[in-house]
Amino acid sequence: MSVDQTTVRRIARLARIAVTDEDVPHLQGELNAILAFVEQLGEVDVEGVEPMTSVTPMAMKKRQDGVTDGGYPDKIVRNAPATEDDFFLVPKVVE
Amino acid sequence: MTNLTDLTLADARDGLQRRAFSAVELTQAHLDAMAAARGLNAFLVETPERALAMARASDARIASGDGRPLEGLPLGIKDLFCTEGVITTAGSNILKGFEPAYESAVSGNLWRDGAVMLGKLNLDEFAMGSSNETSAFGPVVSPWRRPGSDAPLVPGGSSGGSAAAVAARLCLAATATDTGGSIRQPAAFTGTVGIKPTYGRCSRWGTVAFASSLDQAGPIARTVRDAAIMLRSMAGPDARDTTCADLPVPDYEAAIGRGVRGLKIGIPKEYRVAGMPDEIERLWQQGAAWLKAAGAEIVEISLPHTKYALPAYYIVAPAEASSNLARYDGVRYGLRVEGRDIVDMYERSRAAGFGREVKRRIMIGTYVLSAGYYDAYYLRAQKIRTLIKRDFETVYADGIDAVLTPATPSSAFGIGEKGSGDPVEMYLNDIFTVTVNMAGLPGIAVPGGLDAGGLPLGLQLIGRPFDEETLFAASQVIEDAAGRIALPEAWWGR
Repeated sequence: MSVDQTTVRRIARLARIAVTDEDVPHLQGELNAILAFVEQLGEVDVEGVEPMTSVTPMAMKKRQDGVTDGGYPDKIVRNAPATEDDFFLVPKVVE
Repeated sequence: MTNLTDLTLADARDGLQRRAFSAVELTQAHLDAMAAARGLNAFLVETPERALAMARASDARIASGDGRPLEGLPLGIKDLFCTEGVITTAGSNILKGFEPAYESAVSGNLWRDGAVMLGKLNLDEFAMGSSNETSAFGPVVSPWRRPGSDAPLVPGGSSGGSAAAVAARLCLAATATDTGGSIRQPAAFTGTVGIKPTYGRCSRWGTVAFASSLDQAGPIARTVRDAAIMLRSMAGPDARDTTCADLPVPDYEAAIGRGVRGLKIGIPKEYRVAGMPDEIERLWQQGAAWLKAAGAEIVEISLPHTKYALPAYYIVAPAEASSNLARYDGVRYGLRVEGRDIVDMYERSRAAGFGREVKRRIMIGTYVLSAGYYDAYYLRAQKIRTLIKRDFETVYADGIDAVLTPATPSSAFGIGEKGSGDPVEMYLNDIFTVTVNMAGLPGIAVPGGLDAGGLPLGLQLIGRPFDEETLFAASQVIEDAAGRIALPEAWWGR
């Protein structure tokens, strides 16, 4: 399978990465090189094989559903590009 | 007295205990070596004040007989581990200036055991690369050169800064991470020892995520013993990472003298790939001969799905990366580029903050997870992953204790030499290492000798889940037989 330029733009949009007109042909070539490389997986018989969901056999750890952390909003927002009163600021989303 | 920076971690530990020198002297010697080696670009951040403060505290501990396992030993930290109050970038512009408010579990374990932090080490951006050339802060130059040439070589990647700093004696050992070979390939390229432990042996908490089902931390060091000492401190249970194993950490250093008598070492025929240089093949046979001479039984084995590991990896790893890296949105931390609206702001921030290789992988991952392609790509790759793991389970059930392979298909190459046109050319570096991540197994790279061009080559040993001890024992046999590689004399910074 290979991707055309419209698909490259659609993937970039889904991935929330802006691309310029000059980027698109490069990306198309690189993505198609990777897709051509993974094409050989089609020859493997995977009938009846379960997909891997756990790397090593282990039961998911569980704990009491309770508050175990928090109470330091200043630390949480410390690295944010724009904040006000311990809130993250974003451009207006709802008119 | 020998140069303090030439000591192994074990010898430095013993010297501190004997009071042959102080932790401050040892640390200052490394800080001086780092300052002289800035041309290698191995360190992104140097933390001399913190290092000396930690060393002074260690000297006080040693004086009061209160020393911990790594007391006063200066280490480098790959800049993928969050360090409280010290810039952590993952080699990316999108995290430029990011100052974590917390310490990663692995680095925290090292400080708990008394180690000294020298600074943060360069890496491929978000650990995506095999040459350290994708770092937003420039490539790392290997301390190795071909004899008679001053052409800069890559140290491998993604833990290129870690491998270069250890080989150049800028730190006694370093932390690293391995998603497809990022500890073992740079260790092989620089004549150092690197172990990726079993998935779940080290906590991933506080380590910047790339592909969460593949990422594991491990050390790069100059000897097998040093790697064993490091891993014992780095590893261990952690309730904050649900995939971190609740298993006690063995005394790996005690395992290195066990030898290999009576062990069955598998030689997988599928690792004999077309176009592999004769020297790699010879080194592999030599490695088998060394283990045999030490009493191991060498058995030809088959791991039939080996050739599918790398292509399956290039679906699974980008898929997980596209999900993990969705968090870099210009809102909570990192780079922000303003736009017309919030989506435009996301798109501009991510376009400006991520480098080419990272964008490529996010886009591949987005594609293989998108509606209509998920089954054909991602689900199929996860099924193939089951088959790869099953290959190993079969040989281990047949009594194989460890598997011996070459670590890399070549020795180090020049900066700018590979992957500029076709990304797959660079990906092939990980052909021997990536199966281990796909199956969640432990793997170690240990120097085997030099190639005809005078550059190091490594051997890889792959073990049973959570049996790193056998890997340390077997690689000590190789280190003893091969002799420790003479690391390059300092040509840098002169």
